[in-house]
Amino acid sequence: MRNAFRNALIELAADPAFVFLTGDLGFQALEPLREKMGERFINAGVAEQNMVSVAAALAKEGLRPWVYSIAPFLYARAFEQIRNDVCLHGMPVILVGNGGGYGYGVMGSTHHAIEDYGTLLSLQGMRAYIPAFDCDVSEVSRNLMRADHPAYMRLGLSEQPKWFSPPPFAAWRHLLTGAGPTIAIAGPLAGGILDAVRESEISADVWLVSELPVTELPREFLSSLRRSDYLMVIEEHVSAGGLGQMLAHQLLLACAAPSQFVHRKALGYVSRRYGSQRFHRAESGLDPASIVAELHRAVMV
Amino acid sequence: MQLTPEFLLKTKLRLLQMHYESGVGHIGGNLSCFDILMALYHNVLGPLDKFVLSKGHSAGSLYVTLWSLGLLSDDDLKTFHKDGTRLSGHPPVHGIPEIAFATGSLGHGLSLSAGLALAKKLKREKGRLFCLTSDGEWNEGSNWESLIFSRHHQLNITLIVDLNGLQGFGRTCDIADLEPLAEKFRVFDLSTLEVDGHDVEAVTAALRPDGDGPRVVVAKTKKGQGVSFMEGLFEWHYLPLSKESYQRAIEELTSICEMHSETL
Repeated sequence: MRNAFRNALIELAADPAFVFLTGDLGFQALEPLREKMGERFINAGVAEQNMVSVAAALAKEGLRPWVYSIAPFLYARAFEQIRNDVCLHGMPVILVGNGGGYGYGVMGSTHHAIEDYGTLLSLQGMRAYIPAFDCDVSEVSRNLMRADHPAYMRLGLSEQPKWFSPPPFAAWRHLLTGAGPTIAIAGPLAGGILDAVRESEISADVWLVSELPVTELPREFLSSLRRSDYLMVIEEHVSAGGLGQMLAHQLLLACAAPSQFVHRKALGYVSRRYGSQRFHRAESGLDPASIVAELHRAVMV
Repeated sequence: MQLTPEFLLKTKLRLLQMHYESGVGHIGGNLSCFDILMALYHNVLGPLDKFVLSKGHSAGSLYVTLWSLGLLSDDDLKTFHKDGTRLSGHPPVHGIPEIAFATGSLGHGLSLSAGLALAKKLKREKGRLFCLTSDGEWNEGSNWESLIFSRHHQLNITLIVDLNGLQGFGRTCDIADLEPLAEKFRVFDLSTLEVDGHDVEAVTAALRPDGDGPRVVVAKTKKGQGVSFMEGLFEWHYLPLSKESYQRAIEELTSICEMHSETL
């Protein structure tokens, strides 16, 4: 997804207001963007707090700053700068965090981002974008170049199945139509789940949520819930501030809560051992096999 | 408006009155940087220049300086710290066009100044950036990040440090000793001047020269300057003025000004 991101920004590089700041990251990926942007590509060094405040001030002067780093180095290290300088002032700074969820795998927990959008969405005016497929990135990037609010884009690794052609990017997308359980997913892990659901022959109704916070519930999604009376929410993020909590809240407000609600989310470091993204997902019950097993239980009930 | 001793006294008394009427502390740090702000706004800042007050707890001095320029009214100052005011205890996000950024958490202002200066550089615009920090604020790591960044990009920023030697809970030398702070900036290869922060002419002379890269003016000041029972006591970082201490402060400042006028 990082290369798709780079290519998307190269397409947008002609905008003279566009300024790209990186916290000394982008080796073997962002060099072509650096070449294209010249002095508007700024390696701000390993100094994320300064980088975010600088970006806020650039936005104040009418420029369009994008700030890039490994996700936790951005949202966690520079949280106060994001809160005070970007969000309290409503500055349209675009924060881009690479390695959403357990994306950095065995590199270790310091590099993981399992509380990123929940943390950031607690701030004034912030919106989060979670592309699931490579093809989403260019659409999100084009939209964010025109944004009038702070934004966070969580990059991961696209897992788009070869047989699947995603619908155009939207806050809500209906990925698979089925007569069985209703599923709402955030993030690239949707790709593996699509594969597994297809192979299981469970007739799941699968939705993808790619923009947070959730402010509206599609009518068709509500119809699906009325029919199935079951919702499974899947996200590579902790419970607090995640999609599951947001949907539960919205469904209660809409008097549309199903009688069965299952939330598969990041559980942290269950065994206190480290491994690949796949390893950590499995420990949290986010692997396709665990999801399908849960769906089988739901169908059996 | 010429910065005569009488005018400086009048504005300083207005600062005390505002703090007294609102029952608000932070007067010590406001008095230590007041002469700097007056010199900067009246004698140095041009229409294309910008200023960021990083030591946001001296918002009172900034408001009164803006008042002295006719940019805030007397009625505005009466609302300081009151419900519904534009004049919050630290500089606000909304409501005062001359204030670009809300500050208050220390260690933000220099990075914001760097961003504003970088924008000027990228947009090929003229104008300088001025940023005032406290000395205790140099405990913050983000300031050093910003110093490295500003120097590397040769941003046109004049950093002013209000070196009063006191911070929130004691003397800077007892908490995280950075003295001689000016030498630290020189080691960063930054043009650094040291001045008496209460000598308006000296401050003006130090701030006026323009350059291509960042400059530093370390202004030696006294917390609570001009009021004997406040000078050099960190308690006045926080304490509000009682009726008695307010009266004493007015008398002392007035007599200093009268003595100065007689000397002239």
